[in-house]
Amino acid sequence: MKKTISLCLALAMTTSIALTGCGSGSTSKDSTGGSTSTAGSGTVKTTSLNFWTFQELHKGFFDDAAATWNKKHTDKPVELKIDVYPIDEMHNKLLIALQSGTGAPDIVDIECGKFPNFLKGSKPGLAELNRVVEPVKDKLIMGRMENYAKNGKYYGIDYHVGAQVMFYNKEILGKAGVNPDNIKTWDDYIAAGKTVMEKTGKPMTTIEATDHWSYYPILTMQGSDYLTKDGKPQLNNETNVKSLQFLNDMLNKDKIAVLAPGGFHHAEEYWSWMNKGNAASVWMPMWYMGRFTQYMPDLKDKIVIRPMPTFPGGKKSAGMGGTGTAVTAQSKNVELSVDFLAEAKLSLEGSIKTWTILGFDPIRSDAWADPAMKSDNQYTQYFGNDIFSTLQGIVSDVGPINYGDLYPTALSLVQKNVLFKVLQEKSETPEQALKEANEELVKK
Amino acid sequence: MTVNTTNTMKLQPEKPRRKVHLKQEKIAPYIFVLPFILTFLVFFLYPIISTVLTSFQEVLGPGDAKFIGLKNYRNMINEHFFNALWVTTRYTFWTILVLVPIPMLLSIVLNRKNILGRNIFRSAFFLPALTSVIVAGLFFRLAFGEQDTTLVNMILGFFGIPKTTWLQRGHTAMFVMVVLSTWRWLGVNVIYFLSGLQNIPVEQYESASIDGASEWRKFLSITVPGLKPVITYVVTISIYGGYSMFAESYTLFGPRSPGDIGLTMVSLIYQQGFNENNFGAGSAIGITLLIILMAVNMIQLALTGFFKKEGDD
Repeated sequence: MKKTISLCLALAMTTSIALTGCGSGSTSKDSTGGSTSTAGSGTVKTTSLNFWTFQELHKGFFDDAAATWNKKHTDKPVELKIDVYPIDEMHNKLLIALQSGTGAPDIVDIECGKFPNFLKGSKPGLAELNRVVEPVKDKLIMGRMENYAKNGKYYGIDYHVGAQVMFYNKEILGKAGVNPDNIKTWDDYIAAGKTVMEKTGKPMTTIEATDHWSYYPILTMQGSDYLTKDGKPQLNNETNVKSLQFLNDMLNKDKIAVLAPGGFHHAEEYWSWMNKGNAASVWMPMWYMGRFTQYMPDLKDKIVIRPMPTFPGGKKSAGMGGTGTAVTAQSKNVELSVDFLAEAKLSLEGSIKTWTILGFDPIRSDAWADPAMKSDNQYTQYFGNDIFSTLQGIVSDVGPINYGDLYPTALSLVQKNVLFKVLQEKSETPEQALKEANEELVKK
Repeated sequence: MTVNTTNTMKLQPEKPRRKVHLKQEKIAPYIFVLPFILTFLVFFLYPIISTVLTSFQEVLGPGDAKFIGLKNYRNMINEHFFNALWVTTRYTFWTILVLVPIPMLLSIVLNRKNILGRNIFRSAFFLPALTSVIVAGLFFRLAFGEQDTTLVNMILGFFGIPKTTWLQRGHTAMFVMVVLSTWRWLGVNVIYFLSGLQNIPVEQYESASIDGASEWRKFLSITVPGLKPVITYVVTISIYGGYSMFAESYTLFGPRSPGDIGLTMVSLIYQQGFNENNFGAGSAIGITLLIILMAVNMIQLALTGFFKKEGDD
């Protein structure tokens, strides 16, 4: 009998070891949300909320937001537990947690290109935010809110406008005798590029072949998009084909641009190359400021931010990229999480902090006139004090992106196939590559 | 424990006790294999069945899935699928071509008693297998950068060879992947071959020497046939490893490799399932990969005579 018992015990142990070996990783990070503990006098309950993000910087912003919240709302303090994961891993974990119905955090950062993945189906796993968005609608850049909406319901709040701008290296332009303030249209830009190339031997700009930050703003500023308003693919419409041809011409006909070393503007190789002052300008969204201050320190005092050149009848800017912070439907404290998120990101105070802490262009336009925006920080030291006056002149043109279920697929087709085949491999014309990609989307 | 049981059984011959012991003897083996059976059922069989089911579904959101018949399989047949299949097959071919003969020769050299510092070499070859592929991949990605100043281009520059955009061209990208995989798995295969060499009786070499056989003749007629089981094993796991490759491609190219040049079957599953939230399509590709892999392995095993009975040769 003893032996049977010892056998069973041994068996139980082996099994439990085998099982915990596989499960411990996920169980330890399970969010329980509602766990409460008594604090201070013993009557006030601290609610613990989980927050997942893929960006270390956002952690600092939310730590600050939690401290501010606890000062103001002594009756319902929160304890914010923040986990920072690599971008792909975080989105995978979230997708699995939402699909399986367990393990999601209360609040989560979702990258805009992946957001439609979480709005699929009839009942998205995210909580509706209309209650907090409606009251401040007139103060928000609404184009940015539409990106995270479906059927009139808002599911995410962005950190920034992501206004598309041009970063000029005034040292190189100065050597060529070009004044960036005189560049208004793309014709001016190309003419200036030829002068720069002739006088300094350096390219005017760099173009991405494996990502879409060079291509996407060109077509959105002309009023086009990858999808139509109702989410149907239109990758190969006339504007999109012309826009790609435009980039191709800059590289091969006008010869004022080169492909970004490393393939895109976030490659280590690109940063070190650009840092040496190898190109006279680059167009990227406003949030790219952080990459300059972090990875291209030698360009300090040399870079100025100016509006994008325009096409006849086109827009002055576009809202590019972004991260929507959302509350999951699985949260046990949906109401509290929504209130907390709203105060962190939609309030005037919170919006100003997206600039002072993160260096982003805030989504509340009344924040821009605030004196806090003029104070000295690492960005004004790097780029000068006129960042917000530049922004004010162009932001009215920032509109929404047409999102739909097909958006993540469209995006990845453009990034990895279309641009690469046309610009790097030169194996297809813009028309062919875009048509192929569009046909693939239609079949989905 | 079972040995003890039999001993006690002999000492105590009373009938009822004996029955209990008999029962225990019958049950014991099942209990011993139960952990494996349970793990197999929970972590292998259930996922496989669930994957087969998902491959016929469209998964929209939490608890929101509907059966759509063969649509996932029909949609799967596109350019990317064939690119992935082609890349993976080429990768597998090259890794086998490199990772069978080279480790075999190295192990023969390392097996000689008179080689200086052979233990150092053995551990040096094996060390990369213990390294994280993410860290190693990062190093390879930066070493194979496209600037004049990156490691590989700089070395080639000394010999007057112009710089190359390694990771944005099909053939060079394949080369980098195979180099990374060779660096990583060479040592493991050397260990397999070394242990295989221990099983070849020394007498065979001695008698061959007496008959006046050359080193080459001995290699062809004794070493290679003697290593045949190991070769079959290494080729089998290389096919499996090649077709299931993901981490190398992911660290070199990220979740999207430009122009599908590093797109493997598993990266395609990852892309469909996670990046595009299309678990149905991902599952369909997974099942297809399973079938392809089994077919390739069966053909290979049949060709190497694995299914032949002992006396057939």
